[in-house]
Order: sequence, then C-alpha cells, then structure tokens
Amino acid sequence: MDICFYIAAGVALISTLLVITGTNPVHALLNLVVSLLAVAMIFFTLGAPFAGMLEIIVYAGAIMVLFIFVVMMLNLGEAVIRQEKQWLTPRAWIGPMLLSLLLLGELVSVLAGVGSHAAGIGEIGPKQVGAALYGPYLLAVELASMLLLGALVAAYHLGKHE
Amino acid sequence: MVDHLLTAALAWFNVWKPYIFTAVTTLIILLGLVIVAAWMIWLERRLLGLWQDRYGPNRVGPLGLGQVIADMIKIFFKEDWLPPFVDKPTFVLAPAIAMSMMLLGFAVIPLSATLGVADLNIGLLFFLAIAGLSVYAVMLGGWSSNSKYSLLGGVRSTAQTISYEVFMGIALMGVVMQTGSFSLRDIVNAQQGSSFGFIPHWNMFSQVLGLIVWVPAALAVTHRTPFDLPEAESELVQGYHTEYSGMKFGMFMVSEYVGIVMVSALTTTLFFGGWLGPFVDRLPWLGFFWFAGKTFLFMASYILVRASLPRPRYDQIMAAGWKFCLPVALLNMVVTGALVLWKAGV
Repeated sequence: MDICFYIAAGVALISTLLVITGTNPVHALLNLVVSLLAVAMIFFTLGAPFAGMLEIIVYAGAIMVLFIFVVMMLNLGEAVIRQEKQWLTPRAWIGPMLLSLLLLGELVSVLAGVGSHAAGIGEIGPKQVGAALYGPYLLAVELASMLLLGALVAAYHLGKHE
Repeated sequence: MVDHLLTAALAWFNVWKPYIFTAVTTLIILLGLVIVAAWMIWLERRLLGLWQDRYGPNRVGPLGLGQVIADMIKIFFKEDWLPPFVDKPTFVLAPAIAMSMMLLGFAVIPLSATLGVADLNIGLLFFLAIAGLSVYAVMLGGWSSNSKYSLLGGVRSTAQTISYEVFMGIALMGVVMQTGSFSLRDIVNAQQGSSFGFIPHWNMFSQVLGLIVWVPAALAVTHRTPFDLPEAESELVQGYHTEYSGMKFGMFMVSEYVGIVMVSALTTTLFFGGWLGPFVDRLPWLGFFWFAGKTFLFMASYILVRASLPRPRYDQIMAAGWKFCLPVALLNMVVTGALVLWKAGV
C-alpha cells in the first residue's frame, strides 16, 4: 500500500504542476482531472474508499466535466495559448511562490511538532461517513443544502427567459 | 537436481496461485466481454433485419457469423489516419478512454456466486464513477476533432450524460437502501427467496419506480437510440466521431457495444436477481447461465428499442429527464427510505 501511496502522490504532484505550466486550457484541465484521480487513489490507500469514489464521481466526473464543457464552448485557439505564454513570465511566479513557501513552512513545523500518525488505521466506509454527516455534523449538512437550494433558485432565475 | 527445481517451482506456484488464478479469470472475462460485444454487432444487424423484414448479413460463414471477423480484418488494415487539423493528443486519447472505461466498469459485476473480477464493497459507486469518467471520451473526441458537427455532438452528449447520471444515481439508491450495501454481490444475495413459491424476490418488484428511471438513464449513458442525439446522423453527420476512421472509429464502435453488455449485466444484477434462478442452489454452475441468459435478453431488448422507437428532439430528451425522471427518482428514494425505516421499527 505504501508504494501505491507514493506513486499516486507523485502523479498528483506532476500533473498539478502541468496544470499550472500548461498553456492549452483543455490540456491543463485534463491534467487537473488526472490529479484528482491520483488524489482519489490516495484516499484509497489511506483506507477511505468512499471518499475516493466521491472524489471521482463529484470532482472528476461532474465538476471538471462542466469546466471543460465551458472551455469547449469558448472556442479558445492559438491566440489564447500565445497570451498564456506571455503571462507566464518568471515574475508571475514570485507572489504564489512566497505564499506556498509560507504554507510549506507551516506544514514542516506541524509535521515536526506532532510526530508521525499512522494514517488509515481502519477502513471508513459509506456507513461511517453517513453516520458522521447526519450525527454531529447535521447542522452543517442542513446549512450546506440550504445554500445549494439558494444557488439553484438563483440559477433558475438567471436562466429564465422573459 | 530436477527434484529440487520441481519442489521450488511448486512452492513458488503455491504462493502465487491465488494471484495467477485471479489474473487468468480476469483475462478470460475481459476477452469474453470483448468477443460478446463484437458479436453483438452481428446480432444487432441480424435482429434489425428480422424486424424490418429483410435478411441482414448472412453470407460470411454459417448464419453470417463471420461478418464480424471480416469487418475486423478490414478495419485493422485501414490506414490509421490523423486529420491535420485535429488536436493530436486528445484525438488519440478519446477512443482509448471510451474503450478502457467501459471494460473497467465490468470489473465489479458478479457473473455467478463465485465468478467475477473484483468484489468491491462500493461496487455500485465504482460503476457510477466509471459512467462519469466515460463522458470524457465523447467530449474530447468532439472537441479535438475541430469540426462543428463533432463539437455539437460532444456538447450534446455531455449535457445529456451529466443530467441523466444525476437521477440514475438517485434511482439506484433505492436498491442500495433496501440491501444496505453498495456491493453488487450483496445486492444479488439480498434478492434470494420467493413469495408463493414462484414470484422471486427480485428488486424489479419492490423497486418498480427505480427500474422505470434506470432504463432510460442506462440508454442515455450508452448513447443508444432513442438517446443517440450525440451522433444523430440526420443533423450532425456522425456527431462526435465524424472525423474518426479506421481502428480509432472501431474502438468507439466496440466500446458502445461493450457499454450495452455492461449495462444489461447491471440491469440483471440490480433488478433481476443476477445469477439467481431455479436449481441454482443444487447446481451452482447454472448460476452463470442464468446470468448470461438474462443479460442476453436485455441486450436483445436494446436492439428492439432501436428497431421500434424514433429519435426525439434534443429538448424533449432533456425535458423528459428533468421533469419526469428526476421527480420519480426522488419519490422512489423517499418512499423506499420510509419503508426501510418502518420495517426496521424506527
């Protein structure tokens, strides 16, 4: 299982890097899909198959499809690739680099302080996830569903023809 | 010396036996699936011929069975051509995604009480994930072809599949709630027994509404008539695979038939008792034949649907989905949930 974790983590890292450096929008989004699949694989190796499957169904199978759908409709061509190349100068890396360095420092300090946890001691299946969602997190679930309903109504209103 | 080697080989074999056994069964099931899917092309043409009062392919081999082989040889020897205006990586990737996703989906389906590739405890979710990912094949095929008909086909297919997957998932949750498990093996085992000695406890009786939603959703996911809007030849030439030819087109075509076999097998597993049938408890090997027979019946009914129903307009398909299938699926989920809770005495 360990080797699976490292392979999946490597794939996730490389494909995410390709998302950022890629100039063709559709290819970049496809790399993002690969990255999400790799993250799903990591969930599997950590003993959370339900979370992994939801990651694939919701993110890779639905949200990314809609992203690519929109990009497809925009009919981006050579001009966009040239523009992307112009924007992706070394100077553009400085800001994000500083922010991620900050995060990296935090991560290192956390890892150094806590010591190593063994991840994925037991398998967390659909039942445990459901019990947690509708037990201690019931209020959060209800709030999220109300928010989604609000978004649905708003989208319906925006899409309505007079 | 020879004795030594032999014992070493035997010891090695004993350690790896389960893995070798799994690998060989997996290979056999995969090959069988592809062969069945390829011969379904012949079956479809013959049955369509029968229902339309003509012969269909009947020249190559007995009953025309060799037609598929002849077609395969022809398609293998065609030039593997890339149109100069396409986006090459995605153009090549799309048919590979189509084929591999459909083959992967079959991995979780139990063929009999003991036979099957993988026994995942979240098997049904695995199928939904595969169905979600298979959208990319049509979508990328349509986009990378750089032609307006292909793009329109890809766009239609994406919208259609995304919408129908929503209530396909909700409709199947009724089955999951009754069984209390996502594992397809558990779902079949929960359908054992019968009432009055002849009505089996299949989910088709207890999940009528679920079945009503599942059938059109399954048709939509495999892009079969009457849901073949992505490749409607009267409006879009050939839809998303207009620019494809040779082996790449062949992969799209065979993957469609693999999809039909997979969805028929799932219908059998989820609603019609899978490998269960008379005499299975005494003769376990009969299970596979029950499963294959039921699956074959649904495959043939797919073809009958194609032979008898016209293709509706695109907006009609979407309206039917959101205004009919979704409410029915939600109703089914609520009623099933209430019944399950009532039976459990909560």
